[in-house]
Amino acid sequence: MDVNLLPLLPAIQVLLTALVVMLRDLFIEEDKPRGYLAFLSLIGIGLAAAEAVALWGAQETAFSDSIVLDNFALFFALIFLLVGALTILSSIHYVQQVAIHEGEYYALILFAILGMMIMAAANDLLVFFLGLETMSVAVYVLTGMWRGSARSSEAAMKYFLMGAFATGFLLYGIALIYGATGSTNLNSIADYLLEQPAEWPLYLIGGGFLLLVGFAFKVGAVPFHFWVPDVYDGAPTPVTGFMSVAVKAAAFAAWARILTHKLSPLESDWVFPLWILAIATMTLGNLLAIGQSSVKRMLAYSSIAHAGYLLIPIVVGEEWGGMPLLFYVAAYAFMTFGAFAVLSSLAESDNPRESYRDFAGLGFKRPLLGFAMSLFMLSLAGFPPLGGFVGKFYVFRSAVLAGYLGLAIIGVLNSVLSVVYYLRVIVAMYMEEGGAEGKSFSQLPFVYTAIILAVIGTLYLGIMPAATLDWSRSAFSSLQ
Amino acid sequence: MSALAIGNLSFLLAIPVIGAALLALLPRRNSQALFTVALIVSGIDFLWSIKILSGFDAGNGAMQFLERIPWMPAFGIEYIVGIDGISLFLVLLTTLLMPIAILASWSVQDRVKEYLVFMLLLETGMLGAFVALDLFLFYVFWEVMLVPMYFLIGVWGGTRRIYAALKFVIYTMAGSLLMLVAIIYLAARHAELEQVLTFDLLKLYGMSLSFDQQAWLFCAFALSFAIKVPLFPFHTWLPDAHVEAPTAGSVILAGVLLKLGTYGFLRFAMPLFPDAALAAAPIIVALAVIGIIYGAAVAMMQSDIKKLVAYSSVSHLGFVMLGLFAFNTQGVQGAIYQMISHGLSTGALFLLVGMIYERRHTRMIDDFGGLWKVIPLFSVILLVVMFSSIGLPGLNGFVGEFLILLGAFGVMPLWTAAAATGVILGAVYMLWMYRRVVFGPLKNPANEKLTDLNTRELLLLAPIVILIVLMGVYPRPFLQRIEPAVALTLKKFPVVVTTQAGADSIAGAEHSKHGR
Repeated sequence: MDVNLLPLLPAIQVLLTALVVMLRDLFIEEDKPRGYLAFLSLIGIGLAAAEAVALWGAQETAFSDSIVLDNFALFFALIFLLVGALTILSSIHYVQQVAIHEGEYYALILFAILGMMIMAAANDLLVFFLGLETMSVAVYVLTGMWRGSARSSEAAMKYFLMGAFATGFLLYGIALIYGATGSTNLNSIADYLLEQPAEWPLYLIGGGFLLLVGFAFKVGAVPFHFWVPDVYDGAPTPVTGFMSVAVKAAAFAAWARILTHKLSPLESDWVFPLWILAIATMTLGNLLAIGQSSVKRMLAYSSIAHAGYLLIPIVVGEEWGGMPLLFYVAAYAFMTFGAFAVLSSLAESDNPRESYRDFAGLGFKRPLLGFAMSLFMLSLAGFPPLGGFVGKFYVFRSAVLAGYLGLAIIGVLNSVLSVVYYLRVIVAMYMEEGGAEGKSFSQLPFVYTAIILAVIGTLYLGIMPAATLDWSRSAFSSLQ
Repeated sequence: MSALAIGNLSFLLAIPVIGAALLALLPRRNSQALFTVALIVSGIDFLWSIKILSGFDAGNGAMQFLERIPWMPAFGIEYIVGIDGISLFLVLLTTLLMPIAILASWSVQDRVKEYLVFMLLLETGMLGAFVALDLFLFYVFWEVMLVPMYFLIGVWGGTRRIYAALKFVIYTMAGSLLMLVAIIYLAARHAELEQVLTFDLLKLYGMSLSFDQQAWLFCAFALSFAIKVPLFPFHTWLPDAHVEAPTAGSVILAGVLLKLGTYGFLRFAMPLFPDAALAAAPIIVALAVIGIIYGAAVAMMQSDIKKLVAYSSVSHLGFVMLGLFAFNTQGVQGAIYQMISHGLSTGALFLLVGMIYERRHTRMIDDFGGLWKVIPLFSVILLVVMFSSIGLPGLNGFVGEFLILLGAFGVMPLWTAAAATGVILGAVYMLWMYRRVVFGPLKNPANEKLTDLNTRELLLLAPIVILIVLMGVYPRPFLQRIEPAVALTLKKFPVVVTTQAGADSIAGAEHSKHGR
């Protein structure tokens, strides 16, 4: 076994930070402020991000090919770290407001990021599984951390049960693939698939499908989406943002590496079911989002719809779909997390302020919040010149280039549908009279910082996307 | 066409954005100062467009003031802007109407800062759509326009503003997103055929597509533009949007935004897919003529003046479409001329309706009558503008309509004859409205204390009235610049009926005007 810790450097950084935060928490007296644990976590994330940037371009493997270091893993690592940082920034005030214990909270976010980074870098199905469980268990707990809220506990329970169910699918799929190919290492599996294309046992394809179902659960694709609205609705708002962006991105990262790339010879078997899955996910997500009266639930359904858009490049396959998938994840991270950050800025301990009514008049009461939220909504709906538009443009372009014209057309029609509910937020903020309450910058400096960062990211990816497009491309082509 | 530095057109686009940013930084308390700044900014932009006009080479039909900057070079997406005789006057119309619209908004008291920011952003969006020569860039501006317009209707509009604003956005987006797929497909085909990945319109013009491909792509583009024009039966968003929009919003909507639809046909849908455009001509002409007559008939039945003007737009834009799909120089030249004329006359009509509404808070025809005696100045200007809208010879509306009918008659006499009845209907509803509003006894006591137009209102109407007369009696400088670009565009069609230049036929028009 070759021990090469370099590929794991950013992950180890995150792990150490998590341990430090957790241990430090133990030595702070019960009633002393713990706010600085957040900054400790942010410093760790910053260091890990710096290491990831420094490693950009490296191509190494470790632990008998079970972990790889490539631009793909680094690209996703940076997204997880970024979203993690934004989550922590928007949590600082929120957790104090709703009395969530801070020490474990930040440590769990860091552990979740660690799991995600391993998922994106795993080159072995078992290592991938380890990463997945590390992430999932941390997020189950985060979901239920608002112990004063029955909804939060309910969400955690639901998420845990559904997650365990999905895990079962994944594990069973891994077992079947191992049975067919004699290995859990993705390189060996890929070799097997290339060498013996005629002799695939049926249960190999079955294993592939079980993996597919497991991933579909994790990204919340229809018809495996039932847990999403309740869980997203019940979880503390920053955690919801973290789940709907980072957890989803991690699942897509593993999906792209394992199924789309390494198991691509099996593609012809699942491309049609995936096509149906993509269309069902975006259409149902958009239709159900229209009927919501809570912005948080609307965003939950909107994240289902966006999982549908993200499935388009997966259907299209790695030749055309790789770069758009990565770019879309980046754009999606900024705009969706931004929306959740605005939502968490409104929350009060006794009143979550999540319905459309709570946004009425916000645009003029708090111009900055209103502007930011409008920008995120317009970007999610796909208006130029914002990140969401450029992301959608390349996603639809990949479908057209690969000959899935129908998918592209259904995708754009879905965008029209989504305009209805995204604009409703803007209607509430600017066109309805109401007593929206929002806090000022000086009351919530950290949430505002997160929101401003998300605004900058959304605009940057919309107006000057060239650099990120290049990074996305080089990240996907670094897969071997 | 080598790489050029940022030039005149980019400044034209940048000035309103800079102005909007400046406004965002100013304190909101002093609304007079905000208005003044916005007015100055839009005024500077107008002067800048005059500078472009003076540097414009009238005899050249090709794109001028070209600028190109790589944007996403790996994907062939560039920032390309340029202007030719087709877009020149539409750009000038936009830069002229914007300060007028801002001046007309002086009575807006609510959230002035946001209002003006959106107006200036809207200006950049519209100008960008007129000068963009990269399909991706064009699409960006095309959609960017929607957002400020959405806010203008939704925040400062009438009672059903939210419904109207949403309808406006959904209609426009439904059409334009299909166009986006078509744009992607077109660029992908070009990459396949020519091995060059580009969204450059001028390069895409020369593509050889099969008829089937052209037909589908044309449909996608045409749907998007037909909704914007609006061509019957895609017009239902228009009355709602117009009635609910604030005055300045209506002026910009009718004056400029609708022209983007017809401009889109002329610049994109027709020359990119010439065979499909020729094949689709009978359908589009039929819809245009239905729109002319239907719009006029519905306008006649309206009791709300603003709605009447809104439906008259459906009718007038039908003429523009008729001229474009005549595929000859007179028809297309007339269509462009009519776009500008309609922008001026309908813009002025909405301004006048807005002025009377501010005084009386009603727009119902029945509430008025006998205004001639109370507010003569208003009545005279309304008369001039109304005659321009009807197409009275000697005013601008006549030149465009005459050229359109002349161009279309040689190609499709029956449809043209049917369209000509629209001219008569137009005279009927306008004159009838005028009679009921301005003439007759002053029966409503509420109208007795109406004040006539003040200096600000006269000042903002004056340039439009002057242009209405000028373009009616001396169209040559306009047509002269339009014609080479039109000729160049028409070269892209396999069968083109080229007769003598439009500018010459005006002489004939002057003789035959008494015949109408």
